Amino acid sequence: MNSFNEFLAMGGYGMYVWSAYGIAFVVLLLNIVLPFMQRKQLVRDLALKQKRNKQ
Amino acid sequence: MSIVPAPLLRFYHRMASPPHFYSFADKLLPWFVVIFVLLAVSGLYMGLYLAPTDYQQGDSYRIIYIHVPAAWMSLFVYVVMAISGAIGLIWRMKIADVVAISSAPIGASFTFIALVTGSLWGKPMWGTWWVWDARLTSELILLFLYLGVISLYGAIEDKRTASRAISILALVGVVNIPIIHYSVEWWNTLHQGATVAKMDKPSIHIDMLIPLLLMATAFKFYYGIAMLLVAKVEILKREENSQWVQKLVEETNE
Repeated sequence: MNSFNEFLAMGGYGMYVWSAYGIAFVVLLLNIVLPFMQRKQLVRDLALKQKRNKQ
Repeated sequence: MSIVPAPLLRFYHRMASPPHFYSFADKLLPWFVVIFVLLAVSGLYMGLYLAPTDYQQGDSYRIIYIHVPAAWMSLFVYVVMAISGAIGLIWRMKIADVVAISSAPIGASFTFIALVTGSLWGKPMWGTWWVWDARLTSELILLFLYLGVISLYGAIEDKRTASRAISILALVGVVNIPIIHYSVEWWNTLHQGATVAKMDKPSIHIDMLIPLLLMATAFKFYYGIAMLLVAKVEILKREENSQWVQKLVEETNE
């Protein structure tokens, strides 16, 4: 447990190191999640359009 | 008669077709994800845990494992964007246009990450979040170039015209790339010089270098994943009325 706390502390630079990694993680995750959601939405919209055109 | 070998020409023609590219992306994606996860997990474990503490910078230097790969990628993605933009411009290749615009948000993200992590590294080491020196300023201009490409593309209704416009903007902005790379040699700066990409052997310890290279490669595959995901959306939008998209929509809703 002690060594884990030491690991988190990063020799006193924990705040800088972990916020750098945290921000990078969030930005990189967004670039994966957003296009995924956009595609789902687009396919749903196109399906609606298709249905309307058939009627 | 052609100087280009036939299989390469065939590959080019297949890739130029949107439905082919779409299913090719689907085949490629799972492999890219597996390779990315393996590289990122081992790179992070080695970089954050195994690699020794720096004798000068303490553990703050561990920011290098995202800062440097992100900065490298910010340049790499820009070059990919400009080259595929040029291919789209010259040969009117639709997929090249798609790759160009799909790269822009990812390149912008890498640039943003490079700037923010650099700032978080600069504060404890230089005593300041920011300096207006050549390296930081040219990287900031890179971010604006990416944002310019994205908003220019969004502002033009006809996507073929929009692609032509952003390709020209991207090509003009290429001037900035060597400026960023050589800025630490040409001008006096707080930013440290190159430690890996130089003519001599790298001046970074091997135990620190290996995780750095792992993370850099992981970021390349990440770019592949994110770019293909954006490209798929872009292709669907552009090919909305084509038969294959109509069929694909039908199949997913059954």
